[in-house]
Amino acid sequence: MDKMEKAVITVIGKDMVGILAKVSNMCAEKDVNVLEVTQSILHDMFVMVMLVDITHATVKVADLADTFDALGESLNLKIHVMHEDIFNSMHRI
Amino acid sequence: MNTNEILETINMIDNEDLDVRTITMGISLLDCIDPDPERAAQKVYDKICRYAQNLVKAGEDISRQYGIPIINKRNSVTPIATLAGACPSASPIRFAKALDKAAHTVGVNFIGGYSALVHKGFGPGDYALIESIPQALDETELVCSSVNVGTTKAGINMDAVEKMGRIILETAQRTADRECIGAAKLVVFCNAPEDNPFMAGAFHGPGEPDCVINVGVSGPGVVRAAIKKHGDGCTLTEIAELIKRTAFKITRMGQLVAQEASRRLCVPFGIVDLSLAPTPAIGDSVAYILEGMGLEQCGAHGTTAALALLNDAVKKGGVMASSSVGGLSGAFIPVTEDAGMIEAARSGCLTLTKLEAMTAVCSVGLDMICIPGDTPAEIISGIIADEAAIGMVNSKTTAVRVIPAVGRKAGEELDFGGLLGKGPIMEVNPASPAEFIHRGGKIPAPMQSLKN
Repeated sequence: MDKMEKAVITVIGKDMVGILAKVSNMCAEKDVNVLEVTQSILHDMFVMVMLVDITHATVKVADLADTFDALGESLNLKIHVMHEDIFNSMHRI
Repeated sequence: MNTNEILETINMIDNEDLDVRTITMGISLLDCIDPDPERAAQKVYDKICRYAQNLVKAGEDISRQYGIPIINKRNSVTPIATLAGACPSASPIRFAKALDKAAHTVGVNFIGGYSALVHKGFGPGDYALIESIPQALDETELVCSSVNVGTTKAGINMDAVEKMGRIILETAQRTADRECIGAAKLVVFCNAPEDNPFMAGAFHGPGEPDCVINVGVSGPGVVRAAIKKHGDGCTLTEIAELIKRTAFKITRMGQLVAQEASRRLCVPFGIVDLSLAPTPAIGDSVAYILEGMGLEQCGAHGTTAALALLNDAVKKGGVMASSSVGGLSGAFIPVTEDAGMIEAARSGCLTLTKLEAMTAVCSVGLDMICIPGDTPAEIISGIIADEAAIGMVNSKTTAVRVIPAVGRKAGEELDFGGLLGKGPIMEVNPASPAEFIHRGGKIPAPMQSLKN
């Protein structure tokens, strides 16, 4: 079996109805499997971090980042999609 | 996965100007040497275009995959004097034009290597190349030039030092209508590294493989933010630890990008250059880090000590984070590219003499400093000689990149725009070193050279 390839989606912005729904909907559309979600409200700011499996995604991480960038813009939120390697390399020895 | 760590990384990129400054592909041109200058120039153009055709695209893709800005994609090549040596009667300008054309074709934003290594004397192509530098930097856009005039092993070639004072002045004069920008693309080195990814001094040394990927990291903004956030009441020992930890994270990111670029382009990974390279963006300043340690303004007494601490901590943090480090590695202090340095130079707190002292402990030397346009060539040579002496004796790289502001005086400003920034013209000591400079000859290698 192939090694699972993972990415991290972070959503930061003003809280409103349906953020989680819209983001996970987009994941489903691209065959991205959501593995883990944490979310919190910090001083009125909505912060959500999603760990997703992109092994079978229909698009590459770079294109996924563009798709979510556009979604973020339409919702007035900042959405980052980053390959998990960046976090592993920066924070793990 | 720890949420705080994820948010920390995103905050570094979004708010603290964390980026990878450059992916530089070094390309050897030794197989382009040809006694027919036209054919040699064509081979140069063809080889660069063949090797670097996917460089910019790969850089952009990696940037999107990891969500890290990668600001520059560049090329460095074998010092062109080596190629000019095979056809010494022909003008080397054709090589500058070939480099410029190739850089435009592949889409990189600078190409370095219009260079000569003359620390021990001049070879067949060296005279012609050095004499052609003013014209080359005037008539091309993306070509950068460097000349190595000294090493710890060989001493300082004072004939070259004398020459370079004049060449810098001529280069500025030829580009006087463009803020003297030519001189900003010309560096005079002592102990030039062969694998430096940063401009204007990048070239692909003769000991390097055919093609290699070198990456230069950045991140003064991140270090400054870390000191601001956690540095209250800390001793300098603790500040050094803080900088080390931050430099480690920055460098790991550079290492990841370097490995990925190497994999995608099927080119061996060379080095990560652990440098704190400032940009004119507010916050992304090395001067602000020094001020964050407790100096009223950069240039105050104590600045050299603070910079020494910073430079060392950056290296210690970075060296464990990368499998191979090299280049310049340390803190840069380019005046016009650093918001805090610009302010300090404007207010008169930061002077040329203080900068000279700082170069004894930073990673390079006198960098991006505007000087009055009527500065005589001998004084520029004197500045170069002093820097080269500091480098030679301390077994470190030093460099001079000064921009004589033609037609302008101390206190006025030059504005290059973009990453090169802008800055005030600084006072230069007007006493003449002319007789010393015109003696020529060599300053013999110091005792430090006898390590065997």
